[in-house]
Amino acid sequence: MLLSIQDLKVAFRMGKVDGVMQRQLAVKGVSFDIPENGTVALVGESGSGKSVTAMSILNLLPDNAERTGAILFQGRDLLKTSLRELQSVRGREIACVFQDPMSSLNPVFPVADQIMEPLIKHLGMSKRQALVRAEELLNEVGIPDPKRRLKSYPHEMSGGQQQRVMIAVALACSPKLLIADEPTTALDVTIQRQVMELLARLKESHKMSMLFISHDLGVVGEIADQVVVMRHGEIREKAPVADIFHHPQDAYTKALLACRPSLTENPARLMVIDDHIAGRSASDRTGKAKDPAAPVILEVKGLKKSFFFKSGLFSKTEFKAVKGVDFQLRKGHTLGVVGESGSGKTTMGLTLLRLHEPTGGEVLFEGQDLLKMNGPDWQKMRRRIQVVFQNPYASLNPRFTIAQTLLEPMEIHGIGKNHDERLATASALLKKVGLDESALHKYPHEFSGGQRQRIAIARCLTLQPEVLVLDEAVSALDVSVQAQVLNLLKDLQDEFGLSYIFISHDLAVVKFISDEVLVMQHGDVVEQADARALLAAPKQEYTKRLLGAVPRGYQGQEPAASVA
Amino acid sequence: MSAVLSNQPAAVTPQRSRGVWYASWRRLKADKLGMFAMVVVALSLLLVVAAGLGLVAGDWQKETGVPNAPPNFVGPAPAESAGAIVQPKGPNVDLSDIDPLAPKYAEWTEKAKQYKTDEAPRAETLPFGGDRLGRDVLAKAIKGAEISIMVGVLAALVATLIGTVLGALSGFYGGKVGDFLEWVYNVFTAMPNILLIFAFAVVFGRGVLPVVMILGLAGWTGIYRLVRAEFMKHSVREYVRSAEAIGASKSSRMFKHILPNVSHVALVQLSLHVVGFIKSEVILSYLGLGVSVDQVSWGTMLAEAQSELILGYWWQLAAVTGFMAVFVTAFALFTDALRDALDPKLRGLE
Repeated sequence: MLLSIQDLKVAFRMGKVDGVMQRQLAVKGVSFDIPENGTVALVGESGSGKSVTAMSILNLLPDNAERTGAILFQGRDLLKTSLRELQSVRGREIACVFQDPMSSLNPVFPVADQIMEPLIKHLGMSKRQALVRAEELLNEVGIPDPKRRLKSYPHEMSGGQQQRVMIAVALACSPKLLIADEPTTALDVTIQRQVMELLARLKESHKMSMLFISHDLGVVGEIADQVVVMRHGEIREKAPVADIFHHPQDAYTKALLACRPSLTENPARLMVIDDHIAGRSASDRTGKAKDPAAPVILEVKGLKKSFFFKSGLFSKTEFKAVKGVDFQLRKGHTLGVVGESGSGKTTMGLTLLRLHEPTGGEVLFEGQDLLKMNGPDWQKMRRRIQVVFQNPYASLNPRFTIAQTLLEPMEIHGIGKNHDERLATASALLKKVGLDESALHKYPHEFSGGQRQRIAIARCLTLQPEVLVLDEAVSALDVSVQAQVLNLLKDLQDEFGLSYIFISHDLAVVKFISDEVLVMQHGDVVEQADARALLAAPKQEYTKRLLGAVPRGYQGQEPAASVA
Repeated sequence: MSAVLSNQPAAVTPQRSRGVWYASWRRLKADKLGMFAMVVVALSLLLVVAAGLGLVAGDWQKETGVPNAPPNFVGPAPAESAGAIVQPKGPNVDLSDIDPLAPKYAEWTEKAKQYKTDEAPRAETLPFGGDRLGRDVLAKAIKGAEISIMVGVLAALVATLIGTVLGALSGFYGGKVGDFLEWVYNVFTAMPNILLIFAFAVVFGRGVLPVVMILGLAGWTGIYRLVRAEFMKHSVREYVRSAEAIGASKSSRMFKHILPNVSHVALVQLSLHVVGFIKSEVILSYLGLGVSVDQVSWGTMLAEAQSELILGYWWQLAAVTGFMAVFVTAFALFTDALRDALDPKLRGLE
């Protein structure tokens, strides 16, 4: 056994209240083992304590954390080792890859320096040797033209390449254990696929063990041997990956498996965790059938958006972010827009709302061109087309109470006769999105991500819009919360006849909610078709690649024991 | 909807929620030194108000003691040997024969009796000593605190107002507006500060209000840059975008949405500048560009103290320095505590 965690408890000191130290228990007695040359995955929602568990192995926790229990690494208890000893283990024997490569690499040093640092520090290599080794490592993690890339700075690389560099840094000293903390969550599906394959390959070739942390069972199923499911700081289930996928024992594991939209099934609603645990069935409501002849509410013709950068003193270079998009959106329908980051899908969505001023094209809303409207007309039109942003932590004003947030749009547009009437509308809408009136006097920081996203949706609904642009509206949420928000969006569509433009990089989610799908690449629409048709028989190479990259969970056979 | 509703906590007590400001206040309360500093600052401000209303130190101009009366705890100055001019010995020479004014003396003495004033007995010592005219140094220092602190606070308010408004415009609009304001900023910072102050002083003349304007107009630049940076950062945040999407006007986005989120920067700068401007006022008055001669501020007192010090009358200097040190230190500590309490980076520790 390479690493054995025994009854690990982690508590955070939260400051004194009336002279008594307040502690919050984040991990409540966790035990599991990581075998040599094996991959163990820690799965759970945010707040489940999975990252805290992993970070306590190398004591990369904030100063106010207290750890008890035992973490045996090759027989040594890492909880009792001195800092100096621990530092010789960090990077040398146990290495880490973090979630966000953009912020994990130091922006002022070229990547060569960052790969060479552990080599020189831990292995005592000379600079020249380290440089040679760094080039080998870059080659190994699949960065093209490694010799030239050594001199690049992190910002000159894409997110996927940065994560590869992070992996190269981690691999530099051939560690025995690699801790990968949500290494692919910040990446596009296609890049995620590449990084996962890379990690799996390197694990084999370096004969190391891996502790893989993720909130997504789909990802975990493809890479792990053992899966540990955590919730609220406790282990709910630990089993080999095949058992987890074929014979999950715990209700929570079952729920996690069920709540992710899949490419193969086609439910009207998604299961949510509590449904599953309570044993309710999700399909108690069937969605309204869409009317294929519904009137076209929004028609976009040749929409273009360019950004201009100064180059030299007078000249500008043009960057075409959106190169001419055409589509029609029917009332009550959903148009899914898929693509990798940089494909122009978000820019397209924001240009529709004139949050970016468009460079060319027409957007006809019931025959009127939105892009040519002047101030007052546009202000009136704004009511009818609204947007929900990706990050619910950033899209609500932290200094506004929920009541202020919800009342503001109504006050601007003069909806409702007086304050009381608006307040009544606000609380009714909060109920509609699954929150109660007590939320009105709270501030955004008191809510979880999913709740905040529902508040953001409620804010849009105060204006009674007809078209809602959902810009990666569920991408920042945990899978389980994602399911709740997706169900909510479907319900609202049925109830109010809303039309959605649903922008996402996740094809499975887009398939669940959309009637029609638009695939974008480099600012162009490469494919546009009915959602089911597109996923069943993608015509373009790019669409096929996107589809192939969606994590599918464990695809292996059932374990022999259970078959027999 | 049942699915969505089901995971809500049952019946949350409808208590008034604790906002960001409340959290800051709680953090501030936990900081003992900060709270102590705040009490000192509050008492000083109370003193300023009382002095302004004439409740204390209203009679600072009254010459209550002998010139340069030492403090009580030092004791009266030793009687000086008044032997500067030796009294002539022998009888006075009668000059009335040749004095042309002699007949008028009796008349004048009569008249003088009508105007006879009581020469109030002057105290040998005063609580904190007296100045060269025998005015009570303690009263002067309190009255001086009124002017100095008022100037510091008002000038800081002016500077923060200018800096925040210009910074907001520049950071939010960018482009041409931003370029123009940056140019103004560069012009202001290109000049040595003291020259700038002199230039404004020539234009505005002397007095309390002019000093406030001089300091405010010369001191807004640092605040402008900080607020501008914050506005640039926030104007592309999603919550501001959301506000734009619901149709909030530009001014509403600037001052209703962004300003409360960056107000901690302005607030901390405000209090830092109060301390700085109190010191600047002292320098200005010391140089003779400050408040007018019939007023007293810590600066004018220091200017007087310079010549007194040579004669060994140290108490005016000690009194002013003591007052200033206590107030400025307390205010600086309070500012520190305020920054710690308001800084959103520390918010994670809750």
